[in-house]
Amino acid sequence: MTKTETSQLLRTPFYDIHTSLKAKMVAFSGWTMPLMYTGILSEHHLVREKAGLFDTSHMGEFEIEGEDALGLVQKLVTNDVSKLNINQILYTPMCQDDGGIIDDLLVYRLGEHHFMLVVNASNIQKDYKWVLDNAQGLKVKVRDVSYQTALLALQGPQSGKILQGLVKGDLDSLNYYWFIKDEVYGIKGIISRTGYTGELGYELFITDAKQEKLEGLWNALMEKGRDYGLGPCGLGARDTLRLEMKYALYGNDIDEATNPLEAKLGWTVKFNKGDFNGREALLRIRDNGITRRLVGFVMFDKGIARHGYDIFMDEERIGYVTSGSFSPVLGKSIGMAYVENDFAETGTEFDVEIRGRKCKAKVVDTPFYKIT
Amino acid sequence: MIPEDLKFTETHEWIKIEGKQAIVGITDYAVEKLGDVVFVELPALGKEIKKKESFGVVESVKAVSDLYSPLNGKIVSVNDKLSNSPDLLNKDPYGEGWIVKIEVNDPKEIDSLISTKDYEKLLEKEG
Repeated sequence: MTKTETSQLLRTPFYDIHTSLKAKMVAFSGWTMPLMYTGILSEHHLVREKAGLFDTSHMGEFEIEGEDALGLVQKLVTNDVSKLNINQILYTPMCQDDGGIIDDLLVYRLGEHHFMLVVNASNIQKDYKWVLDNAQGLKVKVRDVSYQTALLALQGPQSGKILQGLVKGDLDSLNYYWFIKDEVYGIKGIISRTGYTGELGYELFITDAKQEKLEGLWNALMEKGRDYGLGPCGLGARDTLRLEMKYALYGNDIDEATNPLEAKLGWTVKFNKGDFNGREALLRIRDNGITRRLVGFVMFDKGIARHGYDIFMDEERIGYVTSGSFSPVLGKSIGMAYVENDFAETGTEFDVEIRGRKCKAKVVDTPFYKIT
Repeated sequence: MIPEDLKFTETHEWIKIEGKQAIVGITDYAVEKLGDVVFVELPALGKEIKKKESFGVVESVKAVSDLYSPLNGKIVSVNDKLSNSPDLLNKDPYGEGWIVKIEVNDPKEIDSLISTKDYEKLLEKEG
């Protein structure tokens, strides 16, 4: 990477901290982000066993407020937001008219007529335009606060104990996919019990805070976490952690050419909630029957099945890998793939072609990792 | 520190010459770039290999990297320990993390390899 390229990348408020920790930085969706600090495997285990702190400030945040806010969000997403309580969160795809996934996101209900959408960094501009297009003629204000919003994810079994010392509210009573507005280390923000790791964890959204304040928060969390083994974790571990849970990654496992039904996200498509973008197409797809499914597989051999590798049954190509990595917890290569219906059952064995070599893999139940 | 008694390639393999044999591994710099190594694909014993052609693969969590043969020759030994402990590459790239031993066809080829000094210069350029 040349210096000019680096200077064009966006930096999060924690950039100086990452470089002082000698993180290995990578370009990701226009941002320069920490890939790892000590190593992906050690950071992965840290989150599974103790706690890790991630800078995920590259994620996008939109606020939608006004009389028609609920109507707009309902039109945008496939899941049913009308049932969402204030302070509650919902995971949902956002689809085009043909049912293809524009993005997957979290909807935070901030108030009766006030929502926050948390979108993927790679999709901020595309999503914002889509939301504005859909908002035309409606009584809503849509604001992109992505670049003013810092986001930290504190994840791992010890995360609650670490964070509790820095907030006023009672974290024990904060349930999964709920949030509170609180002060963290004296800075106003949103604390949600969410994450992308499968562990107990919290995400802290802070808008319009100065860099010094945010650095202070990072340091306070690290200080507080020292006795619990807390360490910084990068995007590398974030990816292996989410893969062990079979959480989809936009751009890898889902995109505009895939739909929620084949991605096994059918539970997020509520046909009975009224009209929404993609409803008719998705109904058609459901009635005609999907032709392929997103499955999880484990490799018998040691190679890693990476994004785009072909999958074969005998000599016939039956699908392709969408995500693959080494699972630190299982000690095996795992992955996700779209395969034709006939080969999607648990226990089905097929070949993944790795550099011209056919390597055996087996469809397994997911998540790969189950918290014990 | 880069050991002084080694030779190098532009593709970050190191070579230690012992008589007619060359022990080959990848440098600290290469390992650092890859991160945690989780799998090493080793060639078969007796395999004839050609200079600058791939003879194996190192996979880390994040990346795949080919191993390029520094010389023409034949594989006479592979480090079997890497099958179960690929992390030896991270822990000791110049020692226990050696990858293969090659019987060199023409010892004169060794002169074409990069010296420690020149390899250090190459790394400076790569930044």
